[in-house]
Amino acid sequence: MLKNRIIIDFDSNGEVKATLASATHDRKSVTNVMFTKGRFNVKINLFSEEVNAAVVFKAMGVVSDQEIVQLVGHEGIIASHIAPTLHHAHELGIFTQQQALTYIGNRIRQSPKQQLKGWKRSKADEARDVLANVLLCHVPMKRFNFEHKVTFLGLTIRRMISAQLDPSLVDSKDYYGNKRLELAGNLLALLFEDLFKRLNWELMRQADSTLSKSNRAGMFDISRSIRQDVITHGFEHSLASGNWNIKRFKVERKGVSQVLSRLSFIAAFGMMTRVTSNVDKGLKLAGPRALHPAQWGMLCPADTPEGEGCGLTKNLALLTHVTNDDEEDPLTRLAYIFGVEPWGLIRGTDLARAGAIIVMLNGNVLGVHRRPRSFINAFRALRRAGRVGEFVSISIKHECILISCDGGRVCRPLIICDAGVPRVRQEHIEAVKAGKMDFNDFLRRGLIEYLDVNEENDCNIALDEKFCGPLTTHLEVEPFTILGVVAGLVPYPHHNQSPRNTYQCAMGKQAMGNIAFNQLKRMDTLLYLLCYPQRPLLTTQTIELVGFDRLGAGQNAVVAVMSYSGYDIEDAIVMNKAGLDRGFGRCIVLRKYGANVKRYMNRTMDQIRGPPLEAGGTGTALHRYRVLESDGLPAVGERIGQGDVFINKFVPRNTRDTLANPLSMGENFYKARAETFKCGPGEQYIVDRVLLTENEDSPICIKVLMRHTRVPELGDKFSSRHGQKGVVGNIVSQEDMPFGENGICPDLIMNPHGFPSRMTVGKMIELIGSKAAVLSGRFHSGTAFGEPTGLASSVAEISETLVAHGFNYCGKDFLTSGITGEPLQGYIFMGPVYYQKLKHMVLDKMHARARGPRMVLTRQPTEGRSRDGGLRLGEMERDCLIAYGASMLLLERLMISSDKFEVHVDTRSGLLGYYSASRGCAVSPLDKSSKHMASLTIPYACKLLFQELQGMNIVPRLRLTDL
Amino acid sequence: MISEGELPDRLKAQFEYVICGPDINYHTTSSYSAGTFTPSGVDYTWNFDAFKQIFKIDITHRDDDTIEFDMSGINVAVVNAFRRILISEVPTMAIEHVFFVNNTSIIADEVFAHRLGLVPLKVDPRLFQLKAEDDAPNETNTIVFKLSAKCTAEKSVGVSGDKVVSGDLQWLVGGSEMPDETACRFSVGQQELLEGQRIDVVHKDILLAKMRPGQEILLEAHAIKGVGREHAKWSPVATAWYRLHPEVILLKEVEGALAGKLVQELPGLIVSEEHMGKQVAKVTSAREHEGLLEKVRRLSGEDEWKDKLQLRKRKDRFIFTIESVGIYKAEELFMEAIDILVQKCDNLLASL
Repeated sequence: MLKNRIIIDFDSNGEVKATLASATHDRKSVTNVMFTKGRFNVKINLFSEEVNAAVVFKAMGVVSDQEIVQLVGHEGIIASHIAPTLHHAHELGIFTQQQALTYIGNRIRQSPKQQLKGWKRSKADEARDVLANVLLCHVPMKRFNFEHKVTFLGLTIRRMISAQLDPSLVDSKDYYGNKRLELAGNLLALLFEDLFKRLNWELMRQADSTLSKSNRAGMFDISRSIRQDVITHGFEHSLASGNWNIKRFKVERKGVSQVLSRLSFIAAFGMMTRVTSNVDKGLKLAGPRALHPAQWGMLCPADTPEGEGCGLTKNLALLTHVTNDDEEDPLTRLAYIFGVEPWGLIRGTDLARAGAIIVMLNGNVLGVHRRPRSFINAFRALRRAGRVGEFVSISIKHECILISCDGGRVCRPLIICDAGVPRVRQEHIEAVKAGKMDFNDFLRRGLIEYLDVNEENDCNIALDEKFCGPLTTHLEVEPFTILGVVAGLVPYPHHNQSPRNTYQCAMGKQAMGNIAFNQLKRMDTLLYLLCYPQRPLLTTQTIELVGFDRLGAGQNAVVAVMSYSGYDIEDAIVMNKAGLDRGFGRCIVLRKYGANVKRYMNRTMDQIRGPPLEAGGTGTALHRYRVLESDGLPAVGERIGQGDVFINKFVPRNTRDTLANPLSMGENFYKARAETFKCGPGEQYIVDRVLLTENEDSPICIKVLMRHTRVPELGDKFSSRHGQKGVVGNIVSQEDMPFGENGICPDLIMNPHGFPSRMTVGKMIELIGSKAAVLSGRFHSGTAFGEPTGLASSVAEISETLVAHGFNYCGKDFLTSGITGEPLQGYIFMGPVYYQKLKHMVLDKMHARARGPRMVLTRQPTEGRSRDGGLRLGEMERDCLIAYGASMLLLERLMISSDKFEVHVDTRSGLLGYYSASRGCAVSPLDKSSKHMASLTIPYACKLLFQELQGMNIVPRLRLTDL
Repeated sequence: MISEGELPDRLKAQFEYVICGPDINYHTTSSYSAGTFTPSGVDYTWNFDAFKQIFKIDITHRDDDTIEFDMSGINVAVVNAFRRILISEVPTMAIEHVFFVNNTSIIADEVFAHRLGLVPLKVDPRLFQLKAEDDAPNETNTIVFKLSAKCTAEKSVGVSGDKVVSGDLQWLVGGSEMPDETACRFSVGQQELLEGQRIDVVHKDILLAKMRPGQEILLEAHAIKGVGREHAKWSPVATAWYRLHPEVILLKEVEGALAGKLVQELPGLIVSEEHMGKQVAKVTSAREHEGLLEKVRRLSGEDEWKDKLQLRKRKDRFIFTIESVGIYKAEELFMEAIDILVQKCDNLLASL
């Protein structure tokens, strides 16, 4: 992921290996320095084998061994590590640059293109070319002056040796400071470059082919040869499909752009903070999936999907910022001003000198500095003063000062502390409250600053003001900001078992509610809305920041945690019918249907006609067409059911041949192609809106939105905000529900067995917190880690409120059974909990079939709900029946109820015959006699198999015997 | 209904009280058979004369919409029956069919209809008949309302009519204005039937919808008679419930410093009195200090007070509360509930 940096790693043999992925705007290469057989070797793709590093040094003009040692480091221990490499070079008999170049040149893979051209250069020239352009191609060089590259290579080997001596210096692949995110701008730029090149190339080809013609007449106008849609089409295609194919870098990636899910407000938010890793999902690697300490505060620890994408798809935390590319030149100049001794003046000895440290900018060595601490401090002071970009980072790592200003680094704001005293003081907070200052003012005045992962490692960050000590350099803004937007909805997440928060992150995106303020103006293919969404009684700071309190997706249900009726096992919930009658969980489903009115090649067009009328001249439309108005479009507000026509469209029978007057053809010229409405039998949708618009394919495009209001029913899925989902197991009338001493009766009953194994203590606190909120008439807050700062009410405070209102301190109530009227023995934990209705509803899923459609080829029942398919008796079910010995049932399920077919078999040959209708008997395929024919019942698929085998010249024969 | 016999104190306490322990309620059941204590020589056969003697109703609070009364000397099953009938079986009138002529507001037809259904209607349901599924709507089983609302904006006045409230529902005395569509035909107006009463909504300020200028709602809403069991909109009560009469008792004499401590913990509920030269704790009325009862329960679980303090509730003394939606007066509702229960009993007897 990271470009232009030295990454030290172990190879498969457990030896140290350095990888350098160089990338400049026009070239990419990977250089590996390996340690094999005690020697350092350089390997790039173009080399057919690993090349001794000393040889590479020599090829780049560093001929003397002493110089090489100086470049790497002349300390005894380092020199002794490099010695075998030098010795090997001697053994190879390579002493001069020319020898080295020839040696390398012989090991360069010939690309077939060059061979074809027959364009011959000497091996040495070729090697020099490769060393100059491919090896470490990001290191700047002029006129084959290899000075910088040599130093860089020396530095790499030096780092490898130190890593061998001290394995802690090996870079972790999963360390987030070594990763760069690709943003839309960069990806689009790459795509544009590729498309622009293609445009130019096509233009050139066009021009070449035109200009090479000898009998050209007239001026050649190049502007005419420019194809205007290459770039547009390329962009559109890539954005629509998500496939990013960039020829130059041989990139072929899928899913780069995705359709923003507008299923719910939170789903859209979650999608916009999503980060996907470029790791193969099939691999069962733990490393890239694990939560790395460096991700603290940058990526949400909770919000990741379960299953294959677990840990690979991540989400940004609340305050994370991803940097853009910044200019390097001013920083270079600044570094030199601050006393960096430039590149050309350094030799290995200087590098190794105690106290002097290498300064690198985006992976390139700028030079050395003798007083690194003061340099860093001066640099940071400038950044805090706003003289240097706020996202430029400077840090020390592996005896190097690393300055980064490249794009794709994740960083986050922190409050700056001077010797443990935070710069943000009460007066600043007051100014923010008064609206006199905002975040950017804080940044500009140097109260807060952005740190990236590398610089964070260089700092001492206090979690809370009380942890500030003399060494503290920074203070966290707020601990809850380590969570992302979606995880931020959970109240008291720090009291929950961690996977529960992860589950909630997945479910929060499926919750119905409001999706946006323009939700009633939208024409989405599928839209779920809640009739009466509420704001959670127990909010969090994140909820208020993102505006979830204004676009809620759930309702505050009074939940009693008790066992009731036995219909609440396995997480099922029991609901109060009166609550449903009064609008709890009621939702609206809007589904888009549509049709295009097309114009064809022969200029004929589709027609939309009014509804056919009933016979008798009453003027009423036929029943199936009753929702249509005279223009053939459905009337808004009409009820529509299964099989009703909602767009009465007719298409021309002839769309190809030229016609005299294509727009005024007779009625019979058109055939009916009405759009009929499909839904479950008995369901009634309502036409919500009709939109006429146009698109590229058709001059008129009709979109119709159908609305269906649903009341929760048995099997609908609900969930609290703590990853505790459940389906409705029973709906009970209010009089049967238990009731409390002040007449409150629960909307929803949840089984207490949901708690012990899930350990969602946060849900319990939410319950008593919401109860306290209701009693005190004030929204309570349950922000993550918020108790010390007052952003979350503590359990003690909540209990006090409860006690003050005459309630039990732990939220339990004295309930009376609604059925017997006697008090319940146990005290029941009861109070409001924010419940989300999830988009999975039985109405969309329930399916059963007795008889129905069959597939044409095999004559077996179709598959799937959408095709009214059968329910498959699968292999495992078959195994059960075999084990049970229920052979007749097996025969019925697998053949009689499926694709029973009667075949006629010639008993002599065992071949399938056929039934001759004219003779009224079965006929043998051999001699047309009917004497030896037997009839038997087999699955049609079996007959099909026999015939297909016959088609392949394999004869299946049926041997029949009498039993 | 309990003929006083000679039960040992312990059994008597179990029989008469639910003891609210710190973690669990003890002796919650009231379902004893008449012969449970026959071996002890106590007969609990129900006896009408005895019932008449001990049954008592004290009204503790009453206004138009709510009534709270103490009911004692009655079995829990009967009290619960009243509660259940109140919630689900006392019929009222509520809007069931809504015919939209025009609705250009942003609220969906069916959502608006649902809201209309929940609006309580001030009308005596006893004057109407239940409308069976296939009955034609007429003046005896249907009340017709019309709602015509339009939001306009004028420069001088500003936006008007942006809120549609329940008071905008107009009663159509003569029945539906579009009988062809609604199939609702009145033979006579409903004035006679109602003896001059006007039909209206209980609350005129229930917000039904909000509109923007140019939006319009025109509809006819037909109310029919129904019961809460079918849909909560027909329930005549916001809720009706009862609770048991609480009592706090001191199991042992609490004296001296301990008494002072208890008074401090439960101010008002426990007072200390001079008795034989010592400060002795004494319980005042538990009913008047209900906010402290949970604390009593908690204290009764603490080691210090475990054997001294107890919260218990009398099983045959109910504090019954009815919160009417406003269609009936709360006390009328209770009478209705009694009538329905009597009717059910009659039905049962008739079918035996």
